[in-house]
Amino acid sequence: MITEAIIAALLVIGAFFTLVGSIGLIKLDNCMSRLHGPTKASTLGVGALLLASVVYSFNTADGSVHEILVMAFLFVTAPISGNFIAKVNMHSLRGKQALPPPPDDHVWGTYSEK
Amino acid sequence: MRARLFPHPLLTVLLAIVWCLLVNEVKLGTVVFGILLGLLIPIVTAAYWPDRPPVGRPIKLLSYLVLVIWDILVANVVVAMIVLFKSNKNMRPQWVVIPLDLRTPEAITMLAGTITLTPGTVSADLSDDGRALLVHALDAEDPDAVRDDIKQRYERRLKEIFE
Repeated sequence: MITEAIIAALLVIGAFFTLVGSIGLIKLDNCMSRLHGPTKASTLGVGALLLASVVYSFNTADGSVHEILVMAFLFVTAPISGNFIAKVNMHSLRGKQALPPPPDDHVWGTYSEK
Repeated sequence: MRARLFPHPLLTVLLAIVWCLLVNEVKLGTVVFGILLGLLIPIVTAAYWPDRPPVGRPIKLLSYLVLVIWDILVANVVVAMIVLFKSNKNMRPQWVVIPLDLRTPEAITMLAGTITLTPGTVSADLSDDGRALLVHALDAEDPDAVRDDIKQRYERRLKEIFE
C-alpha cells in the first residue's frame, strides 16, 4: 500500500517535470532559453520515472537495478548533446548578437579559426 | 609494480559495479567476474589515457556527486516555477563568462557537465585557450552572482578533487 503510494507519487513527479520541460520548449522565446527545458526534463523527470520503475520491480518481483545504469549514462551523455545544440546556436547567432568575449583577447572555441 | 597491475583503481571498482548492475544480480560469481573485468580492462586500455589526472580524494568525489544531485532537485523546482509562472517579458536570459582556475581537461569537463545538469544554466563553449567557460543562464538578475556561485560551489570542490 505504502509502496504503491510511493510509486504513484514518483510517477506523477516525473510526469510533471517532463511536462514542464515540454512547456518550456514551446513557451520560451529564444533558442538558448529553449535548451533549458529539455535538459530539465532529462534530469528530474526521467530520474523520478526510473526510480518509480526500480521501486515497482522490487515490490512485485526480484527487483531490477538496470534503471540506475540508465540514469548514470543519461546524466553523463545529456550535457554532451546539450552542448552540441548550444554550439549550433552560437553559429546561428554569429554576426547577429554579440556574446560577451572571453578575457585577454581570446575567442570562443566555436568561433576559433584555428 | 602496483601501478602496472592496478593502473586505475577507481575504474576497477566502477567496472565491477557496472557489471553487477548489468547482470542485475549480486552473486559471488558475478562479483568475481566483475572484479576480473575491472582488473583486465584498465590494463588493456592503459595506453589510451597517458596523462590521466590522479583522483586524490575519491570520498570527496562521492560527496560532490551527492551535492550535485541535491542541487539538481532544488534547482529543478525553482526553474519549473520560472517556466510556469514568469512571462517571457520579465525573464532575463544572460550570457555569463566564467574564468577558470581549473586546468585539467577532465575537471573542466565535469564542471561543464555539472553546469548543464543543474537547471537554469547551460554551458555553451570554452575559450580557445581553455581558460574561460561560456554559460547561458535562463533567468539571472546579476551575471556576476551566477559566476561567483558556480566558482564557489562547484569549481572549488573540483579543484580539491583533481588538483
